[in-house]
Amino acid sequence: MIDFLGDVLTWLTDPANWEGQRGIGNRLVEHVLISAETVAIAAAIALPAGIAIGHSHRWPGLTTGVVNIARAIPSFAVVALALPFAIRLGLGIGYWPTFLALVLLALPPIFTNAVTAVRVVEPRVVEAARGLGMRERELLWQVEIPLAIPLILAGVRVAAVQVVATATLGALVGWGGLGRFIVDGFAVQDNVRVFGGALLVALLAVLTELGFAALARWRSPRGVAQTAVAR
Amino acid sequence: MGRNQPWVRWEWIGDNRGQIWDQTVEHLQLTLIAVSIGFMLALGLSLLGIRFRRMYPAITSIAGILYTIPSLALFAFFVPITGLSKTTAEIGLVSYTLLILIRNITAGLDAVPPPVREAARGLGYRQPRLFWEVELPLAVPSIIAGLRIATVTVIGLVTVTSIISLGGLGLFILDGLRRDFLTPLVVGTVLTIALAATLDAMLLLAERQLAPSRRTARASR
Repeated sequence: MIDFLGDVLTWLTDPANWEGQRGIGNRLVEHVLISAETVAIAAAIALPAGIAIGHSHRWPGLTTGVVNIARAIPSFAVVALALPFAIRLGLGIGYWPTFLALVLLALPPIFTNAVTAVRVVEPRVVEAARGLGMRERELLWQVEIPLAIPLILAGVRVAAVQVVATATLGALVGWGGLGRFIVDGFAVQDNVRVFGGALLVALLAVLTELGFAALARWRSPRGVAQTAVAR
Repeated sequence: MGRNQPWVRWEWIGDNRGQIWDQTVEHLQLTLIAVSIGFMLALGLSLLGIRFRRMYPAITSIAGILYTIPSLALFAFFVPITGLSKTTAEIGLVSYTLLILIRNITAGLDAVPPPVREAARGLGYRQPRLFWEVELPLAVPSIIAGLRIATVTVIGLVTVTSIISLGGLGLFILDGLRRDFLTPLVVGTVLTIALAATLDAMLLLAERQLAPSRRTARASR
């Protein structure tokens, strides 16, 4: 076991393994880039929609419905089914099916958290803002959205962690990323590469989670935490 | 993957009925083992966290890290130790249930109103009877809510175990990808979702049967 971990460490620290298109460096960059791109696109779609629906206070059962359906669909199936879709759309294999699947997987958590975030803003605060003569647009931008930020960020965090995790499966539809080391390692029964790849993916996922937690602490307006506790 | 391939070739389903049934059963087994072991571990850890409050954050942090690690990576970690075996799959799957179950069990037990506990003590209930006959039944709705999330999550994750050469419905998805054949891919996906929906509905029914409020309602009728 100690020998094995030593081998993994050697694999991870050997500069030769970091170089080139198939090296750890490039795979890491690919993995981070596709995750950032897909989460950004999903946020651009899901945040305006979610915030608008949350503000309107309509369709109360919508979020639970979306959450339940999204949970029942396996991410592996989304990645696998994105392949025939991408091919039919003429996008080919590899990057685009992975991209498509990751955007789809990032949408539900961002959307549902945005809806809930705006919906649960204390009604008395909203009343008070209206009483002060705020128009809908001002109310949304100056009261509801700032108060909703922590929960909105929580949704983006959940999506980002899930995307980083699922990007690993892109290796099965011909894409690169860190999943390559795990999938190729399995194919040639190279446990060192499998373990090393798994370690990198796990670290990236945990760092994503911690990064967003730090961002949420930094961006949350003062007083919001107290409101949440008092509720 | 050919552009003109139909989404489903029905003959394939007819020809592979036996295999489809076997893998569905395998999928169900992998799921039920993971959720059962996960539940027992989570119950123990929740009781530990309730008894020693200072340990609760540590317990949930560790469960949180396990939950964050991508499933394929978690399976891969144990391959050098436990090989391409069911044990490898179960270790990973159980790890994912812990956070969900611990949160829900703890929330459920915490929500038992102190007056109820007092009344039960007044009626002569002592531990462990107080726990098994008063506290746990009152926590049932929250616990089952956790079991539903955990079960549906695990059913999805079992598909990934096919990548480490294990069974379950993920085999069809992987097979479809490898052979450029849509039918098994669609069949694997649809059956996985159907399995999740079925178990979710069964747990919901179980909750309606077990929740104490219903039982009293029925008794008083």
